[in-house]
Amino acid sequence: MMQKVFTRPQTLKDCPTHYCPGCGHGIAHRLIAEVIDELGIRGKTIGIAPVGCAVLAYDYLDVDMVEVAHGRAPAVATGMKRTNPDKIIFSYQGDGDLAAIGTAEIIHAAHRAEQFTVIFINNAVFGMTGGQMAPTTMLGQITATTQEGRTPASHGYPLQVSELLAILPGAIYIERCALSGVPQIRNAKKALRHAFELQMNNAKGLSLVELLSPCPTYWRLSPPDAMLWIQNEMTKVFPLGKLKG
Amino acid sequence: MCGNEAMSESAIQAGCDAYFGYPITPQNEVTAYMSKRMAEEGRVFIQSESELAAINMVFGASATGKRSMTSSSSPGISLMQEGISYLAAAELPCVIVNVMRGGPGLGNIAPSQGDYFQAVKGGGHGDYHCIVFGPSGVQEFVDVMPLAFDLADIYRIPVMILADGILGQMMEPVTIPKNSKLKTKNSKLPKKDWALTGAEGRKQNIVRSLWLADGVVEQHNYDLQAKYRQIGKNEIRCEQYKVDSADIVVVAYGIAARIVRGAVDKARQQGIKVGLIRPITLWPFPSEQISKAAEELRIFLVVEMSCGQMVEDVRLAVAGKSPVVFWGRPGGGIPTVEQVFEQIRELTIKPKKK
Repeated sequence: MMQKVFTRPQTLKDCPTHYCPGCGHGIAHRLIAEVIDELGIRGKTIGIAPVGCAVLAYDYLDVDMVEVAHGRAPAVATGMKRTNPDKIIFSYQGDGDLAAIGTAEIIHAAHRAEQFTVIFINNAVFGMTGGQMAPTTMLGQITATTQEGRTPASHGYPLQVSELLAILPGAIYIERCALSGVPQIRNAKKALRHAFELQMNNAKGLSLVELLSPCPTYWRLSPPDAMLWIQNEMTKVFPLGKLKG
Repeated sequence: MCGNEAMSESAIQAGCDAYFGYPITPQNEVTAYMSKRMAEEGRVFIQSESELAAINMVFGASATGKRSMTSSSSPGISLMQEGISYLAAAELPCVIVNVMRGGPGLGNIAPSQGDYFQAVKGGGHGDYHCIVFGPSGVQEFVDVMPLAFDLADIYRIPVMILADGILGQMMEPVTIPKNSKLKTKNSKLPKKDWALTGAEGRKQNIVRSLWLADGVVEQHNYDLQAKYRQIGKNEIRCEQYKVDSADIVVVAYGIAARIVRGAVDKARQQGIKVGLIRPITLWPFPSEQISKAAEELRIFLVVEMSCGQMVEDVRLAVAGKSPVVFWGRPGGGIPTVEQVFEQIRELTIKPKKK
Protein backbone atom coordinates (compact mmCIF):
# COMPACT_ATOMS: atom_id res chain seq x y z
CA MET A 1 0.00 0.00 0.00
CA MET A 2 1.20 3.48 -0.81
CA GLN A 3 2.05 5.65 2.17
CA LYS A 4 1.46 9.42 2.20
CA VAL A 5 4.78 10.99 3.19
CA PHE A 6 4.14 14.66 2.51
CA THR A 7 1.02 16.64 3.22
CA ARG A 8 -0.29 20.07 4.02
CA PRO A 9 0.27 21.04 7.66
CA GLN A 10 -3.00 21.07 9.63
CA THR A 11 -2.38 24.67 10.68
CA LEU A 12 -2.17 25.80 7.04
CA LYS A 13 -5.62 26.22 5.54
CA ASP A 14 -6.44 24.52 2.27
CA CYS A 15 -7.04 27.56 0.10
CA PRO A 16 -5.27 29.59 -2.57
CA THR A 17 -3.41 32.66 -1.27
CA HIS A 18 -3.60 36.21 -2.61
CA TYR A 19 0.18 36.48 -2.82
CA CYS A 20 2.01 37.19 -6.10
CA PRO A 21 3.82 34.34 -7.88
CA GLY A 22 7.23 33.82 -6.30
CA CYS A 23 6.40 35.72 -3.12
CA GLY A 24 8.08 34.54 0.07
CA HIS A 25 5.06 34.90 2.38
CA GLY A 26 3.66 31.53 1.28
CA ILE A 27 6.92 29.80 2.23
CA ALA A 28 7.07 31.62 5.57
CA HIS A 29 3.43 30.76 6.35
CA ARG A 30 4.05 27.11 5.60
CA LEU A 31 7.13 26.98 7.82
CA ILE A 32 5.21 28.54 10.72
CA ALA A 33 2.35 26.07 10.22
CA GLU A 34 4.73 23.10 10.12
CA VAL A 35 6.49 24.21 13.29
CA ILE A 36 3.19 24.80 15.15
CA ASP A 37 2.01 21.32 14.13
CA GLU A 38 5.28 19.62 15.03
CA LEU A 39 5.40 21.29 18.44
CA GLY A 40 1.70 20.55 19.02
CA ILE A 41 0.96 24.13 20.09
CA ARG A 42 -1.96 25.11 17.82
CA GLY A 43 -4.31 25.19 20.80
CA LYS A 44 -2.27 27.72 22.70
CA THR A 45 -0.82 29.89 19.96
CA ILE A 46 -1.99 33.42 19.15
CA GLY A 47 -0.63 35.17 16.07
CA ILE A 48 -0.54 38.83 15.15
CA ALA A 49 -1.00 39.84 11.53
CA PRO A 50 0.72 43.00 10.31
CA VAL A 51 -0.39 45.85 8.10
CA GLY A 52 1.12 44.99 4.76
CA CYS A 53 0.81 42.16 2.24
CA ALA A 54 0.40 39.59 5.05
CA VAL A 55 -2.48 41.45 6.72
CA LEU A 56 -4.72 38.51 5.81
CA ALA A 57 -2.35 35.90 7.31
CA TYR A 58 -5.29 34.67 9.41
CA ASP A 59 -6.94 33.50 6.19
CA TYR A 60 -4.11 31.00 5.79
CA LEU A 61 -2.88 30.21 9.32
CA ASP A 62 -5.49 28.30 11.28
CA VAL A 63 -4.70 29.69 14.75
CA ASP A 64 -6.29 32.44 16.84
CA MET A 65 -5.13 35.69 15.28
CA VAL A 66 -5.49 39.41 15.62
CA GLU A 67 -4.89 42.16 13.11
CA VAL A 68 -3.40 45.32 14.54
CA ALA A 69 -2.39 48.85 13.62
CA HIS A 70 0.72 49.37 11.52
CA GLY A 71 3.86 48.82 13.57
CA ARG A 72 2.11 48.25 16.90
CA ALA A 73 2.32 44.45 16.96
CA PRO A 74 5.08 44.30 19.61
CA ALA A 75 2.93 46.43 21.96
CA VAL A 76 -0.12 44.25 21.29
CA ALA A 77 1.99 41.12 21.79
CA THR A 78 3.24 42.57 25.09
CA GLY A 79 -0.33 43.04 26.32
CA MET A 80 -1.20 39.49 25.26
CA LYS A 81 1.83 37.70 26.64
CA ARG A 82 1.92 39.51 29.98
CA THR A 83 -1.71 38.64 30.64
CA ASN A 84 -1.35 35.12 29.17
CA PRO A 85 2.16 33.88 30.01
CA ASP A 86 1.16 30.29 29.16
CA LYS A 87 0.30 31.13 25.54
CA ILE A 88 2.69 31.13 22.58
CA ILE A 89 2.51 34.58 21.01
CA PHE A 90 4.07 35.56 17.71
CA SER A 91 3.95 38.69 15.61
CA TYR A 92 4.46 38.51 11.86
CA GLN A 93 5.81 41.81 10.58
CA GLY A 94 7.23 43.20 7.38
CA ASP A 95 10.02 45.71 6.98
CA GLY A 96 7.65 48.70 6.82
CA ASP A 97 5.78 47.50 9.89
CA LEU A 98 8.83 46.57 11.98
CA ALA A 99 11.69 48.66 10.61
CA ALA A 100 9.87 51.92 9.83
CA ILE A 101 6.67 52.78 11.70
CA GLY A 102 7.12 50.27 14.50
CA THR A 103 10.74 50.83 15.53
CA ALA A 104 9.84 52.22 18.96
CA GLU A 105 7.57 49.28 19.74
CA ILE A 106 10.05 46.57 18.72
CA ILE A 107 13.02 48.17 20.47
CA HIS A 108 11.11 48.60 23.71
CA ALA A 109 9.62 45.12 23.56
CA ALA A 110 13.18 43.77 23.29
CA HIS A 111 14.41 46.16 25.93
CA ARG A 112 11.72 44.95 28.37
CA ALA A 113 12.69 41.34 27.54
CA GLU A 114 9.16 40.49 26.44
CA GLN A 115 8.78 36.75 25.93
CA PHE A 116 7.22 36.52 22.51
CA THR A 117 8.51 35.73 19.03
CA VAL A 118 8.81 38.14 16.14
CA ILE A 119 8.90 36.82 12.59
CA PHE A 120 10.38 39.65 10.57
CA ILE A 121 9.87 39.45 6.82
CA ASN A 122 12.52 41.58 5.13
CA ASN A 123 11.92 41.96 1.42
CA ALA A 124 13.54 45.37 1.11
CA VAL A 125 10.41 47.03 -0.20
CA PHE A 126 6.84 48.09 0.71
CA GLY A 127 4.72 45.53 -1.13
CA MET A 128 1.12 46.34 -0.21
CA THR A 129 1.25 50.04 -1.07
CA GLY A 130 2.94 49.57 -4.44
CA GLY A 131 6.66 49.04 -4.09
CA GLN A 132 7.93 52.09 -2.23
CA MET A 133 11.29 52.31 -0.46
CA ALA A 134 11.55 50.50 2.87
CA PRO A 135 14.18 51.27 5.51
CA THR A 136 15.75 47.98 4.39
CA THR A 137 15.82 48.90 0.68
CA MET A 138 19.28 48.27 -0.78
CA LEU A 139 21.50 51.08 -2.06
CA GLY A 140 20.84 51.54 -5.75
CA GLN A 141 17.54 49.66 -5.56
CA ILE A 142 14.82 51.16 -7.71
CA THR A 143 11.45 51.56 -6.00
CA ALA A 144 8.35 53.70 -6.54
CA THR A 145 9.86 56.38 -4.29
CA THR A 146 13.52 55.93 -5.29
CA GLN A 147 13.09 55.94 -9.05
CA GLU A 148 16.78 56.60 -9.71
CA GLY A 149 17.82 54.08 -7.09
CA ARG A 150 18.35 54.52 -3.35
CA THR A 151 21.25 56.83 -2.52
CA PRO A 152 22.75 57.40 0.93
CA ALA A 153 22.65 61.18 0.45
CA SER A 154 18.91 61.30 -0.18
CA HIS A 155 17.55 58.21 1.55
CA GLY A 156 20.10 56.98 4.06
CA TYR A 157 21.37 53.44 4.37
CA PRO A 158 19.62 50.06 4.64
CA LEU A 159 18.57 49.61 8.28
CA GLN A 160 19.82 46.48 10.01
CA VAL A 161 17.18 46.00 12.68
CA SER A 162 18.36 42.58 13.81
CA GLU A 163 21.86 43.89 14.51
CA LEU A 164 20.36 46.82 16.44
CA LEU A 165 18.22 44.51 18.55
CA ALA A 166 20.97 41.98 19.18
CA ILE A 167 22.88 44.39 21.42
CA LEU A 168 19.96 44.58 23.86
CA PRO A 169 20.16 42.21 26.84
CA GLY A 170 16.40 41.62 26.63
CA ALA A 171 16.71 40.05 23.18
CA ILE A 172 17.80 36.46 23.80
CA TYR A 173 17.65 34.97 20.33
CA ILE A 174 18.07 36.78 17.01
CA GLU A 175 18.77 34.93 13.78
CA ARG A 176 18.68 36.03 10.16
CA CYS A 177 17.69 33.40 7.61
CA ALA A 178 16.67 33.49 3.95
CA LEU A 179 13.90 31.95 1.92
CA SER A 180 16.13 31.78 -1.14
CA GLY A 181 16.81 28.06 -1.52
CA VAL A 182 16.15 24.67 0.01
CA PRO A 183 19.04 24.62 2.52
CA GLN A 184 18.26 28.19 3.61
CA ILE A 185 14.56 27.41 3.98
CA ARG A 186 15.31 24.32 6.07
CA ASN A 187 17.51 26.46 8.26
CA ALA A 188 14.77 29.06 8.57
CA LYS A 189 12.42 26.37 9.84
CA LYS A 190 14.97 25.33 12.46
CA ALA A 191 15.25 28.94 13.60
CA LEU A 192 11.47 29.35 13.87
CA ARG A 193 11.22 26.13 15.79
CA HIS A 194 13.94 27.27 18.18
CA ALA A 195 12.19 30.60 18.76
CA PHE A 196 8.88 28.90 19.61
CA GLU A 197 10.67 26.39 21.84
CA LEU A 198 12.21 29.24 23.79
CA GLN A 199 8.71 30.48 24.56
CA MET A 200 7.54 26.99 25.48
CA ASN A 201 10.50 26.77 27.88
CA ASN A 202 9.61 30.15 29.39
CA ALA A 203 12.95 31.64 28.30
CA LYS A 204 13.27 35.20 29.60
CA GLY A 205 13.43 37.45 26.59
CA LEU A 206 12.51 38.28 23.03
CA SER A 207 13.15 35.94 20.12
CA LEU A 208 13.25 37.25 16.56
CA VAL A 209 13.77 35.45 13.28
CA GLU A 210 14.43 37.69 10.29
CA LEU A 211 13.60 36.11 6.96
CA LEU A 212 15.04 37.61 3.78
CA SER A 213 12.11 37.06 1.50
CA PRO A 214 11.63 37.48 -2.26
CA CYS A 215 9.34 40.11 -3.77
CA PRO A 216 9.68 39.45 -7.53
CA THR A 217 6.86 41.90 -8.34
CA TYR A 218 8.50 44.99 -6.91
CA TRP A 219 12.05 43.88 -7.51
CA ARG A 220 11.02 43.51 -11.17
CA LEU A 221 12.72 40.10 -11.31
CA SER A 222 11.53 36.63 -12.20
CA PRO A 223 10.96 34.37 -9.18
CA PRO A 224 14.23 32.41 -9.77
CA ASP A 225 16.20 35.65 -10.25
CA ALA A 226 14.64 37.06 -7.06
CA MET A 227 15.99 34.05 -5.15
CA LEU A 228 19.44 34.68 -6.66
CA TRP A 229 19.24 38.38 -5.78
CA ILE A 230 18.74 37.47 -2.12
CA GLN A 231 21.75 35.15 -2.18
CA ASN A 232 24.05 37.39 -4.22
CA GLU A 233 23.05 40.90 -3.15
CA MET A 234 20.85 41.08 -0.04
CA THR A 235 23.06 38.82 2.08
CA LYS A 236 25.97 41.24 1.57
CA VAL A 237 24.10 43.88 3.58
CA PHE A 238 22.02 41.46 5.64
CA PRO A 239 24.42 38.58 6.36
CA LEU A 240 22.79 35.30 7.36
CA GLY A 241 23.37 33.64 10.68
CA LYS A 242 22.75 33.80 14.38
CA LEU A 243 23.26 37.28 15.81
CA LYS A 244 22.33 36.35 19.37
CA GLY A 245 21.62 33.26 21.45
CA MET B 1 -6.46 59.43 48.76
CA CYS B 2 -6.54 61.71 45.76
CA GLY B 3 -8.98 61.10 42.94
CA ASN B 4 -6.37 59.43 40.76
CA GLU B 5 -5.48 56.91 43.48
CA ALA B 6 -9.06 56.27 44.57
CA MET B 7 -10.11 55.64 40.97
CA SER B 8 -7.16 53.27 40.50
CA GLU B 9 -8.11 51.21 43.55
CA SER B 10 -11.69 51.11 42.33
CA ALA B 11 -10.47 49.75 38.97
CA ILE B 12 -8.53 47.04 40.80
CA GLN B 13 -11.63 46.15 42.83
CA ALA B 14 -13.58 46.01 39.56
CA GLY B 15 -11.31 43.24 38.34
CA CYS B 16 -8.90 45.13 36.12
CA ASP B 17 -6.39 42.47 35.03
CA ALA B 18 -3.88 44.78 33.40
CA TYR B 19 -2.91 48.45 33.46
CA PHE B 20 -0.68 50.02 30.82
CA GLY B 21 0.33 53.66 30.92
CA TYR B 22 2.91 56.33 30.28
CA PRO B 23 3.59 59.14 32.77
CA ILE B 24 1.95 62.48 32.11
CA THR B 25 0.81 65.19 34.49
CA PRO B 26 -1.80 65.53 36.06
CA GLN B 27 -2.44 61.77 36.28
CA ASN B 28 0.93 60.47 37.46
CA GLU B 29 -0.55 59.16 40.71
CA VAL B 30 -2.30 56.50 38.64
CA THR B 31 0.85 54.96 37.20
CA ALA B 32 2.63 55.12 40.56
CA TYR B 33 -0.33 53.58 42.44
CA MET B 34 -0.89 50.90 39.83
CA SER B 35 2.78 49.91 39.72
CA LYS B 36 2.58 49.00 43.41
CA ARG B 37 -0.94 47.64 43.76
CA MET B 38 -1.13 45.59 40.57
CA ALA B 39 2.08 43.80 41.60
CA GLU B 40 0.58 43.11 45.04
CA GLU B 41 -2.46 41.61 43.35
CA GLY B 42 -0.33 39.52 40.99
CA ARG B 43 -1.75 41.37 38.02
CA VAL B 44 -0.08 43.17 35.13
CA PHE B 45 1.39 46.66 35.21
CA ILE B 46 3.60 48.04 32.46
CA GLN B 47 5.02 51.52 32.12
CA SER B 48 4.99 51.69 28.35
CA GLU B 49 7.37 53.57 26.06
CA SER B 50 4.58 55.80 24.76
CA GLU B 51 0.83 56.26 24.79
CA LEU B 52 0.77 54.62 21.35
CA ALA B 53 2.24 51.51 22.93
CA ALA B 54 0.03 51.74 26.04
CA ILE B 55 -3.23 51.71 24.10
CA ASN B 56 -1.99 48.85 21.92
CA MET B 57 -1.01 46.85 24.99
CA VAL B 58 -4.57 47.42 26.15
CA PHE B 59 -5.69 46.17 22.74
CA GLY B 60 -3.60 43.01 23.14
CA ALA B 61 -4.79 42.19 26.65
CA SER B 62 -8.38 42.98 25.75
CA ALA B 63 -8.23 40.77 22.64
CA THR B 64 -7.48 37.82 24.92
CA GLY B 65 -10.54 38.61 27.04
CA LYS B 66 -8.80 40.32 29.95
CA ARG B 67 -10.08 43.45 31.65
CA SER B 68 -7.57 46.14 30.84
CA MET B 69 -7.23 49.88 31.13
CA THR B 70 -4.98 52.83 30.54
CA SER B 71 -4.97 56.41 31.73
CA SER B 72 -3.41 59.58 30.44
CA SER B 73 -3.98 63.28 30.02
CA SER B 74 -4.96 65.28 26.97
CA PRO B 75 -1.78 65.19 24.80
CA GLY B 76 -1.34 61.51 25.57
CA ILE B 77 -4.97 60.76 24.77
CA SER B 78 -4.42 62.38 21.36
CA LEU B 79 -1.66 59.84 20.73
CA MET B 80 -4.02 57.03 21.68
CA GLN B 81 -6.67 57.94 19.12
CA GLU B 82 -5.32 55.50 16.53
CA GLY B 83 -5.61 52.63 18.98
CA ILE B 84 -9.04 53.70 20.22
CA SER B 85 -10.37 53.67 16.65
CA TYR B 86 -9.04 50.10 16.24
CA LEU B 87 -10.52 49.05 19.60
CA ALA B 88 -13.90 50.47 18.59
CA ALA B 89 -13.71 48.79 15.17
CA ALA B 90 -12.68 45.41 16.58
CA GLU B 91 -15.31 45.81 19.34
CA LEU B 92 -12.85 45.25 22.15
CA PRO B 93 -13.81 46.30 25.68
CA CYS B 94 -11.48 48.50 27.69
CA VAL B 95 -11.44 51.52 29.98
CA ILE B 96 -9.54 54.73 29.22
CA VAL B 97 -9.23 57.52 31.76
CA ASN B 98 -8.46 61.04 30.52
CA VAL B 99 -7.47 63.42 33.31
CA MET B 100 -7.82 66.49 31.10
CA ARG B 101 -5.39 69.39 31.17
CA GLY B 102 -5.15 72.71 29.37
CA GLY B 103 -4.59 72.60 25.61
CA PRO B 104 -4.19 72.75 22.66
CA GLY B 105 -0.64 71.50 22.15
CA LEU B 106 1.38 70.95 25.27
CA GLY B 107 -0.86 73.58 26.89
CA ASN B 108 -0.39 73.43 30.63
CA ILE B 109 -1.03 71.07 33.50
CA ALA B 110 -4.06 72.91 34.87
CA PRO B 111 -7.53 71.32 34.87
CA SER B 112 -9.56 71.74 31.70
CA GLN B 113 -12.48 70.32 29.73
CA GLY B 114 -11.09 70.96 26.27
CA ASP B 115 -11.24 67.32 25.11
CA TYR B 116 -15.03 66.97 25.05
CA PHE B 117 -15.27 66.93 21.25
CA GLN B 118 -12.46 64.41 20.97
CA ALA B 119 -14.08 62.12 23.55
CA VAL B 120 -17.71 62.16 22.47
CA LYS B 121 -17.46 62.56 18.71
CA GLY B 122 -15.08 59.65 18.17
CA GLY B 123 -11.67 61.29 18.24
CA GLY B 124 -9.89 58.90 15.90
CA HIS B 125 -10.74 58.06 12.30
CA GLY B 126 -14.00 56.51 11.21
CA ASP B 127 -17.60 56.46 12.44
CA TYR B 128 -17.52 55.29 16.03
CA HIS B 129 -18.28 56.22 19.60
CA CYS B 130 -16.95 55.37 23.02
CA ILE B 131 -19.21 55.44 26.05
CA VAL B 132 -18.03 58.56 27.90
CA PHE B 133 -18.56 59.39 31.56
CA GLY B 134 -17.97 62.81 33.13
CA PRO B 135 -17.84 62.32 36.91
CA SER B 136 -18.03 65.44 39.06
CA GLY B 137 -16.49 64.30 42.34
CA VAL B 138 -14.00 61.79 43.67
CA GLN B 139 -16.75 59.44 44.88
CA GLU B 140 -18.36 59.45 41.45
CA PHE B 141 -14.93 58.96 39.84
CA VAL B 142 -14.65 55.84 42.02
CA ASP B 143 -18.21 54.62 41.48
CA VAL B 144 -18.06 54.89 37.73
CA MET B 145 -15.11 52.47 37.37
CA PRO B 146 -16.91 49.14 37.93
CA LEU B 147 -19.76 50.39 35.77
CA ALA B 148 -17.30 51.36 33.04
CA PHE B 149 -15.71 47.89 33.02
CA ASP B 150 -19.12 46.18 33.03
CA LEU B 151 -20.52 48.31 30.20
CA ALA B 152 -17.32 47.80 28.20
CA ASP B 153 -17.80 44.03 28.49
CA ILE B 154 -21.54 44.09 27.88
CA TYR B 155 -21.37 46.22 24.74
CA ARG B 156 -17.82 45.29 23.63
CA ILE B 157 -16.87 48.95 23.46
CA PRO B 158 -14.11 51.23 24.78
CA VAL B 159 -15.35 53.32 27.71
CA MET B 160 -13.74 56.65 28.46
CA ILE B 161 -13.80 58.49 31.76
CA LEU B 162 -13.43 62.20 31.14
CA ALA B 163 -11.99 63.60 34.35
CA ASP B 164 -9.80 66.64 34.83
CA GLY B 165 -6.83 67.81 36.85
CA ILE B 166 -8.96 68.82 39.84
CA LEU B 167 -10.73 65.47 40.10
CA GLY B 168 -7.43 63.67 39.73
CA GLN B 169 -5.62 65.69 42.38
CA MET B 170 -8.44 66.49 44.81
CA MET B 171 -8.69 64.59 48.09
CA GLU B 172 -12.14 63.70 49.41
CA PRO B 173 -13.38 60.99 51.74
CA VAL B 174 -14.55 58.10 49.59
CA THR B 175 -15.92 54.60 49.93
CA ILE B 176 -14.41 52.23 47.43
CA PRO B 177 -16.67 49.30 46.58
CA LYS B 178 -14.87 45.96 47.10
CA ASN B 179 -14.91 43.17 44.51
CA SER B 180 -17.21 45.24 42.39
CA LYS B 181 -17.05 43.17 39.22
CA LEU B 182 -20.73 42.45 39.30
CA LYS B 183 -23.71 42.39 37.09
CA THR B 184 -25.07 45.58 35.68
CA LYS B 185 -28.83 45.98 35.65
CA ASN B 186 -29.19 42.32 36.64
CA SER B 187 -27.92 41.19 33.27
CA LYS B 188 -25.05 38.75 33.44
CA LEU B 189 -21.80 39.74 31.84
CA PRO B 190 -21.64 38.10 28.43
CA LYS B 191 -19.26 35.22 27.76
CA LYS B 192 -16.21 36.34 25.84
CA ASP B 193 -16.36 33.54 23.29
CA TRP B 194 -14.76 35.86 20.74
CA ALA B 195 -11.52 36.18 22.73
CA LEU B 196 -8.17 34.89 21.53
CA THR B 197 -7.29 32.11 23.93
CA GLY B 198 -5.67 29.59 21.59
CA ALA B 199 -7.95 27.59 19.31
CA GLU B 200 -7.88 24.42 21.43
CA GLY B 201 -10.76 22.23 20.33
CA ARG B 202 -12.53 24.95 18.41
CA LYS B 203 -12.34 26.95 15.19
CA GLN B 204 -9.93 29.86 15.13
CA ASN B 205 -11.04 33.23 16.48
CA ILE B 206 -9.99 36.33 14.59
CA VAL B 207 -10.05 39.87 15.98
CA ARG B 208 -9.90 42.28 13.06
CA SER B 209 -11.04 45.58 11.64
CA LEU B 210 -10.19 45.07 7.95
CA TRP B 211 -12.69 43.65 5.50
CA LEU B 212 -11.80 44.14 1.88
CA ALA B 213 -14.87 42.55 0.29
CA ASP B 214 -17.45 44.94 -1.11
CA GLY B 215 -19.97 46.21 1.41
CA VAL B 216 -18.65 44.38 4.48
CA VAL B 217 -17.27 47.45 6.25
CA GLU B 218 -20.44 49.32 5.33
CA GLN B 219 -22.49 46.60 7.03
CA HIS B 220 -20.07 46.58 9.99
CA ASN B 221 -20.77 50.30 10.38
CA TYR B 222 -24.53 49.71 10.36
CA ASP B 223 -24.05 47.04 13.03
CA LEU B 224 -21.98 49.42 15.14
CA GLN B 225 -24.62 52.12 14.79
CA ALA B 226 -27.32 49.67 15.88
CA LYS B 227 -25.25 48.92 18.97
CA TYR B 228 -24.80 52.66 19.63
CA ARG B 229 -28.57 53.17 19.40
CA GLN B 230 -29.05 50.39 21.94
CA ILE B 231 -26.56 52.07 24.27
CA GLY B 232 -28.38 55.38 23.75
CA LYS B 233 -31.61 53.70 24.82
CA ASN B 234 -30.23 51.99 27.90
CA GLU B 235 -27.30 53.86 29.33
CA ILE B 236 -27.96 57.60 29.53
CA ARG B 237 -27.27 58.94 33.00
CA CYS B 238 -28.01 62.47 34.06
CA GLU B 239 -28.67 64.43 37.26
CA GLN B 240 -31.28 67.18 37.49
CA TYR B 241 -31.02 69.65 40.35
CA LYS B 242 -33.82 72.15 41.10
CA VAL B 243 -34.86 72.15 37.45
CA ASP B 244 -38.64 71.84 37.90
CA SER B 245 -39.37 75.39 38.95
CA ALA B 246 -36.42 76.98 37.14
CA ASP B 247 -36.49 79.84 34.66
CA ILE B 248 -32.82 79.39 33.98
CA VAL B 249 -31.26 75.95 33.47
CA VAL B 250 -27.50 75.63 33.67
CA VAL B 251 -25.96 72.64 31.90
CA ALA B 252 -22.52 71.57 33.06
CA TYR B 253 -20.59 68.34 33.61
CA GLY B 254 -17.62 67.16 35.63
CA ILE B 255 -15.94 69.52 38.05
CA ALA B 256 -17.55 72.51 36.32
CA ALA B 257 -20.94 71.14 37.39
CA ARG B 258 -19.72 71.03 40.98
CA ILE B 259 -18.88 74.74 40.77
CA VAL B 260 -22.17 75.51 39.05
CA ARG B 261 -24.08 73.75 41.83
CA GLY B 262 -22.59 76.19 44.31
CA ALA B 263 -23.65 79.09 42.11
CA VAL B 264 -27.16 77.67 41.72
CA ASP B 265 -27.53 77.42 45.51
CA LYS B 266 -26.33 80.98 45.92
CA ALA B 267 -28.71 82.26 43.25
CA ARG B 268 -31.63 80.35 44.79
CA GLN B 269 -30.87 82.03 48.13
CA GLN B 270 -31.35 85.33 46.34
CA GLY B 271 -34.63 84.22 44.84
CA ILE B 272 -33.38 83.46 41.31
CA LYS B 273 -35.17 80.43 39.92
CA VAL B 274 -32.29 78.44 38.50
CA GLY B 275 -31.53 74.73 38.20
CA LEU B 276 -28.80 72.43 36.93
CA ILE B 277 -28.81 69.60 34.43
CA ARG B 278 -25.65 67.56 34.81
CA PRO B 279 -24.94 64.94 32.14
CA ILE B 280 -23.11 62.01 33.77
CA THR B 281 -22.81 60.16 30.49
CA LEU B 282 -21.46 62.58 27.89
CA TRP B 283 -21.96 59.93 25.24
CA PRO B 284 -24.69 58.89 25.00
CA PHE B 285 -25.79 62.45 25.71
CA PRO B 286 -28.98 63.19 27.71
CA SER B 287 -30.55 64.99 24.76
CA GLU B 288 -34.05 63.86 25.65
CA GLN B 289 -33.84 65.19 29.20
CA ILE B 290 -32.57 68.55 27.94
CA SER B 291 -35.12 68.64 25.14
CA LYS B 292 -37.89 68.00 27.67
CA ALA B 293 -36.63 70.78 29.91
CA ALA B 294 -36.62 73.11 26.90
CA GLU B 295 -40.31 72.59 26.22
CA GLU B 296 -41.08 75.33 28.71
CA LEU B 297 -39.48 78.58 27.65
CA ARG B 298 -36.33 78.90 29.72
CA ILE B 299 -32.87 80.24 29.28
CA PHE B 300 -30.16 77.59 29.02
CA LEU B 301 -26.71 78.55 30.24
CA VAL B 302 -23.93 76.11 29.39
CA VAL B 303 -20.82 76.38 31.55
CA GLU B 304 -17.66 74.55 30.55
CA MET B 305 -13.94 74.77 31.17
CA SER B 306 -13.44 75.20 27.43
CA CYS B 307 -14.36 77.63 24.67
CA GLY B 308 -17.69 75.86 24.24
CA GLN B 309 -17.91 72.26 23.12
CA MET B 310 -20.78 70.54 24.95
CA VAL B 311 -22.85 73.63 24.20
CA GLU B 312 -23.20 72.31 20.63
CA ASP B 313 -24.89 69.15 21.89
CA VAL B 314 -27.11 71.23 24.17
CA ARG B 315 -28.15 73.41 21.20
CA LEU B 316 -28.95 70.28 19.17
CA ALA B 317 -31.07 69.00 22.05
CA VAL B 318 -32.83 72.31 22.67
CA ALA B 319 -33.39 72.64 18.90
CA GLY B 320 -34.33 76.30 19.03
CA LYS B 321 -37.07 75.86 21.62
CA SER B 322 -35.28 78.09 24.15
CA PRO B 323 -32.28 80.41 24.00
CA VAL B 324 -28.90 78.82 24.75
CA VAL B 325 -26.08 80.94 26.16
CA PHE B 326 -22.49 79.84 26.73
CA TRP B 327 -19.95 80.90 29.29
CA GLY B 328 -16.64 79.19 29.97
CA ARG B 329 -12.96 79.47 30.69
CA PRO B 330 -10.48 77.55 28.50
CA GLY B 331 -6.81 76.65 28.80
CA GLY B 332 -6.76 75.76 32.49
CA GLY B 333 -8.91 78.65 33.71
CA ILE B 334 -11.13 77.51 36.60
CA PRO B 335 -14.51 79.23 36.95
CA THR B 336 -15.40 80.41 40.44
CA VAL B 337 -18.82 80.20 42.07
CA GLU B 338 -18.90 84.01 41.98
CA GLN B 339 -18.24 84.13 38.25
CA VAL B 340 -20.92 81.58 37.45
CA PHE B 341 -23.36 83.31 39.82
CA GLU B 342 -22.68 86.56 37.99
CA GLN B 343 -23.49 84.90 34.66
CA ILE B 344 -26.75 83.57 36.09
CA ARG B 345 -27.63 86.96 37.59
CA GLU B 346 -27.03 88.76 34.31
CA LEU B 347 -29.56 86.48 32.62
CA THR B 348 -32.25 87.75 35.01
CA ILE B 349 -31.75 91.36 33.92
CA LYS B 350 -34.29 92.28 31.27
CA PRO B 351 -32.71 93.94 28.23
CA LYS B 352 -33.32 97.72 28.11
CA LYS B 353 -35.82 98.87 25.52
CA LYS B 354 -34.34 100.87 22.68
